[in-house]
Formats: sequence, structure tokens, C-alpha cells
Amino acid sequence: MKKTKSCKMDKKKISGSEILIRSLLEEGVDTVFGYPGGAIIPVFDCLYDFRDRLKHILVRHEQGATHAAQGYARVSGKVGVALVTSGPAATNAITGIADAMIDSTPMVVITGQVSASLLGTDAFQETDVVGITQPITKWAYQIRRAEDIAWAVARAFYIASTGRPGPVVLDFAKNAQTAFAEYEYKKTEHIRSYLPTPDTSVQCLVEAARLINEAKKPLALVGQGVILSNAEAELKAFLDKGDIPAAWTILGLSSMPSDYRLNKGMLGMHGNVGPNMKTNECDVLIAIGMRFDDRVTGDLNTYAKQAKVIHFDIDPSEIDKNVKTTVAVLGDAKYTLEEVTRRMKQNNHTDWIDSFSEHEKQEKEIVIDREIAPGAGPIKMGEVVNLVSEAAGHDAVLVTDVGQNQMMSIRYFKFKRTRSIVTSGGLGTMGFGLPAAIGAKFGAPDRTVCLFCGDGGLQMTIQELGTIMQSDVDVKIILLNNQYLGMVRQWQELFFDERYSETTMKNPDFITIAKAYGIAGKKVSDRSELAAAVKEMLEHKGAYLLEVEVEQFGLVYPMIPAGTSVTNILLGDK
Amino acid sequence: MEEKKLYTVTIFSENTVGLLNQITIIFTRRQLNIETLSVSPSALKGIHKFTITAFAEQDMIEKVVKQIDKRVDILKAYYNTDDELVFQEIALYKISTDELLKLGSVEEMIRKYNIRVLEFNKDYVVLELTGHYKDTQALFDELSHRIGVLQFIRSGRVAITRSRKERLSDMLAEMERKLKKYK
Repeated sequence: MKKTKSCKMDKKKISGSEILIRSLLEEGVDTVFGYPGGAIIPVFDCLYDFRDRLKHILVRHEQGATHAAQGYARVSGKVGVALVTSGPAATNAITGIADAMIDSTPMVVITGQVSASLLGTDAFQETDVVGITQPITKWAYQIRRAEDIAWAVARAFYIASTGRPGPVVLDFAKNAQTAFAEYEYKKTEHIRSYLPTPDTSVQCLVEAARLINEAKKPLALVGQGVILSNAEAELKAFLDKGDIPAAWTILGLSSMPSDYRLNKGMLGMHGNVGPNMKTNECDVLIAIGMRFDDRVTGDLNTYAKQAKVIHFDIDPSEIDKNVKTTVAVLGDAKYTLEEVTRRMKQNNHTDWIDSFSEHEKQEKEIVIDREIAPGAGPIKMGEVVNLVSEAAGHDAVLVTDVGQNQMMSIRYFKFKRTRSIVTSGGLGTMGFGLPAAIGAKFGAPDRTVCLFCGDGGLQMTIQELGTIMQSDVDVKIILLNNQYLGMVRQWQELFFDERYSETTMKNPDFITIAKAYGIAGKKVSDRSELAAAVKEMLEHKGAYLLEVEVEQFGLVYPMIPAGTSVTNILLGDK
Repeated sequence: MEEKKLYTVTIFSENTVGLLNQITIIFTRRQLNIETLSVSPSALKGIHKFTITAFAEQDMIEKVVKQIDKRVDILKAYYNTDDELVFQEIALYKISTDELLKLGSVEEMIRKYNIRVLEFNKDYVVLELTGHYKDTQALFDELSHRIGVLQFIRSGRVAITRSRKERLSDMLAEMERKLKKYK
């Protein structure tokens, strides 16, 4: 094999691979999650010369690289970067790209590609990556010439991180990696066909403030837009001044501290009773950086029909997509919230806010107490989550997989600061958790990262334990093992006549598996050992797997059956 | 349920590879069938114009247009109903010369439809008609009925709005203004 000279200087010109890496450094990239392969070897060869400046985390599967990049992006607010080869590597990355698209996560995925001369010939490990990823990216571009690399990287980072963030794919043909070109880096400042933040109309600000001032029973729905805009302080000022109770979507979680007096909890299918019931009682519904997902709204025909709807969003295509708005406030939430707050009067809605307590009391008695303090019987998922959150001082980063473990940890974990939740909301990707937790740890190295996952999801990306071993990643993995695909089992129990089709799991010995990867762990089946085991996990230096044998037939309540009204809440008391 | 109407979607975009795919998948995702499609360079260098027609409910076409507009390489997307547009389609008809001559005089038909003759040889004649769908279809029906049509092709719609101003220049000026604000 011909030896590449990718990093040698040729007059003023440098190799395409070096241009890529220098461009990444210009964009402030310090960590890349990736996996080498044939069509990206020149870049990895060059990376070898830059290993002191650009940390590469070798994952075990390309899906893991994308989820790790997502986890990194979510907690750090920076663009996550994944670097993989062509063909199967690119297709393996698809799940993470789609996940980042639907959850608006800034990410740049660089895929190797066969040489431009071979494109379209069904060459070895060739796939039409741009064609495949166009519907699931903000931008997908194929780099075929070394001269275009710096331009494409600058554009990729600009697009991924501005406006409503999202994933960008750069499909990097091998000939461009090895060709030489002059290098000059210029950050993208604008693109004429792309307006990241739409104009905010003053009239809409005035009208929104007027509706809020006149509201007797306002309710705010807080989504990830608040976090993406770094608008947590503006949100608090807005809610405080208007005295507006607020509820969050699972991606908006941690934008308000858990103990904030106006934080009324979680929206949607497994959300809190109060905010769901009040959705159909409020007179003004204020959606901020959220998109009225069907898991939040349930049946749209019965959703908040009595309310005037104000929708704050940076993405005009979200306006009127699912719920018709009375006033749309376009723009960056940090700016629009401040501008509306400025026009608002100091208000007081004590009676309205107090009216939540009846629902809170009911939910506490029927659902929460039984879940987090059952006293006897099998260990409950909620009680494990509650214990871990408490032991971590309610200040850890929560990463979840998907399913019952996700709903339970989101319901019962508590937060003091923002950017503390990494979960797959829109796509609901099982297997997301473990690699995302790895990325989260690199994004927030000084924080404790707690992953809650189930026995099903963990096995979808369990090979990433190898990444933890190799890169010495300190994540605390709490496996809530019920020997079932719990959420599907729950639907089968409630809606499919208890016909448990293919939801039982015969599982391996997870502790032994962890041990094989050099990861400490403990299995707990007895409640009396749980608190000590949690403490041991948190005090342990390095990664730790705490497997808890939880109630097999546990159900997540409250539950609004899919497609029904938000007030049709099952509490599991019948 | 709202009534489905024919909408004309006009899109101005950068001239980059794969844009048509980006646009059509947005229609596909919502199970909207594209009736006609025409793509060509616009009056401004480097900017392409797509004209697409589709039957849809207004609510749906509005969402589709917003999704198209959101794509990074799209400069602007609009939709209009027929009453807001001046539009044309072009159709070509190849017919057998022998069959045509059997009709005797063709003057009446040529005058009635305002047909242009593009090619005339001993084997076949190529006729051209521009107009609305119903016009080109009427000629097709008449020819098929009377002498048969060897080949027939109809273009996608091209359209111009009835508003006095050229939207593209307006839109570009607007974009410039907004982008300046960023700098």
C-alpha cells in the first residue's frame, strides 16, 4: 500500500486531511468521537499528528459515535463531532443523525467517501450518504475537492449551531483527503439563503404581553428552545413577573430548578397530573421553544381548545404545525422572552397556582409515594431514581435510555442547574443512553454523569462498555433490570389484553460483562442494600455498573393513553 | 375536511446538487403527489426557480411550503392559487402526415386553437400549443378522436404572479437587509 504523505507540507499547500483537522480546531473542537475505516484513513493518519490538540474517542460502533457526540453537545452547548468512514459506517451513523435532527442537537458528522472518480459506480463501501441523510439533516454536503474543505467545515458548523440547531453531514471523498490545497480558514458569518433567526415583530411582542397581562389562568410550556437559546434567566424573570406556573417537556427539563416555586412539573403522556389537567383549564397557553409533540398533546381535537395560544419559537415552520396559535412570537427565546417581559406588568395568580396543589396531592398519594417509598415488596424503579438523585445532591447530569427507565428517571430525578438532561425525546432511540452518557462525561468532565437504562436498551449498544474501558470514562450506569421490555410490556398489559408478545428477556450476567471490561459493579436485589450500593457507586472512582433487580411488572403512571385527551389520565389506582 | 385545490408552489434556490431531492421528499413525506414540475435558471444568475403544482388542502400546502423554505439552500418558497397567477404549459403533438391530410383543410383547427407548426415532413407533423391544461388537453382529445396522436408531451407549468412587483428582487433585498443586521 502506498504510504500517504497527508501531513507533509508541499510548498504552501497542505493535505485535505490536514485542512479538515485544522478547520475543526478553528471551530473550537477539542473532542471527536469516531471509528476509522478505509475511506477515512488519511484523516486518521493526519489525526495522529494532532493527538495532543484534538482528542479522539474510539467508540465501538458508529451509532455510538453519533450518540456520544449528541451527549457531548447537549451538556456543553457546543457542536458535537463524529468522524466515521464510508458505507456501513455512514449507515450505522444514521440513527444518531435522525435523533439529533428531531431533537435539534448541533452535530457535525464527517463520513468518509470513496474517491470522486468512483462515485456512482457501486464502489467498495460506497453509499449515497448525502441522498440518504438529506431528510434527516439540516445540511448534507459532499466534499469532492480539497479546495472546498475549509469552506464546507465553516458552513457546517455555522448551520449546525445557529437558529434551530441540528445535524450536518459532510461526506468527504477520499481524493479530497489526500489532495493538496492552500489553506485559509474563514468562519461563516452568513449564508444568503439561510436566515437562522427570523425577525421578531414588535406588534406580536405587544400582543403577547397584552394577552399575558390580561390572563387570569396562564400556563407556560417550556421546551428545549429555552436551553438552546441560553434563556434560562430570561425564562425565570418572565415567569416571576407574570407569576405564571410552568411545565416542561422532557427536553426542556432542567431549564428550571426542580424546587422552583413555579415549576409545576412534566407535560405529556407520563407527565404530572397538574399541568396536563390545567392545559385544558388555562385561559392563555404560552409555549416557549417547544413543538407540541403528540406525546405532549395527546388528541389535538380536545387540546387546550378554551385557551388563547402564544407560541414562542425560532422556527417559523413550527407555528400552527400542530396547534393553531393566537399570537406567534418568532425569534430567539433569549431576546423574545426579555422583550415580552419588559412589556408585562407584575402580576399575581396565587389562586390559580394554588389550584395545582389538589392535583399534586392526588398524584403524590396515588402514584409518587407508592413509587418512591413503597416500603415493602419488590424494588421500584422510581425509588432507585429518587435515591440516586438524592445521593448525588440533585446535581448530577441525568442520561437516560428509552422506555420505562426513561420516564421514571425523568419523573423522579431532580435538578439544580440547566443542561443536565440527555435523553432521546423525539426519536425514542433505545441504545441511546450508554454512548450518550460517554459523550456527556466528555462534555461535562467535572460533573457526575448518571445513566439510567433498562436491560433491553443497554444491550442495544452494550459494546460501548469497551469505549468506557479504553478511554477511562467515569459514568455511573444504573441498570433497572426488570427482565422485560418494560414499556412495550406495559402497553401489552393495558391495551393488548395482556398478550406479552416477545417482551420477555433472557439476560446475561451484566456484572460479569462489566467485569470483563474492567468496570466495577454490583447487583442489588434487596432493598436494604440499595442505599449503600448507590453510595458506593457514587464514591467509586471511575465507571460503575449498578444493576438493580426491579419490580418485573412495574407500570409507569400517570399515563395518558396515546391519542386521547390530556385530561384522560390513568393513575393506576383501579 | 377542507377541500383540495390545485396550488402552485414557487421556489427560488441556490443552484446546488441534490436540491430537487430535498424538495420532493418534503412532498413525499406528506403523501402529496406532484402534478407538474418545472425547473430553470431565474432572472438572477446562480438562482434557480422551481414551479411545482399539487392538489392539497391549504393547511397542508402551507406546512409543506414552510418546510421547504426552511431548507438551508432555499432562498424563498411561496404558494399561490390559480387566480393569483398568469400561467402556461406547452404541449407538443406528433401526428401522421397522411392522417392529417385526410382531414382536408386544417386551417380551421389551427385558427381555433392557435396552433404552431414546428415540423412538417412526409412522415409526420409536429404541432405546438401553449395554454392552460384544459386547452392543451382539448386539442389532444380532438386530435386523438379524429386522426390519432403518435406522440404527445406536455411541460410543467410556468407561472408569473399578478402582483406588480417582482417577488424575487423584493425578497433578495429583504434578505440583504436581514443579513446586514447580523454582521
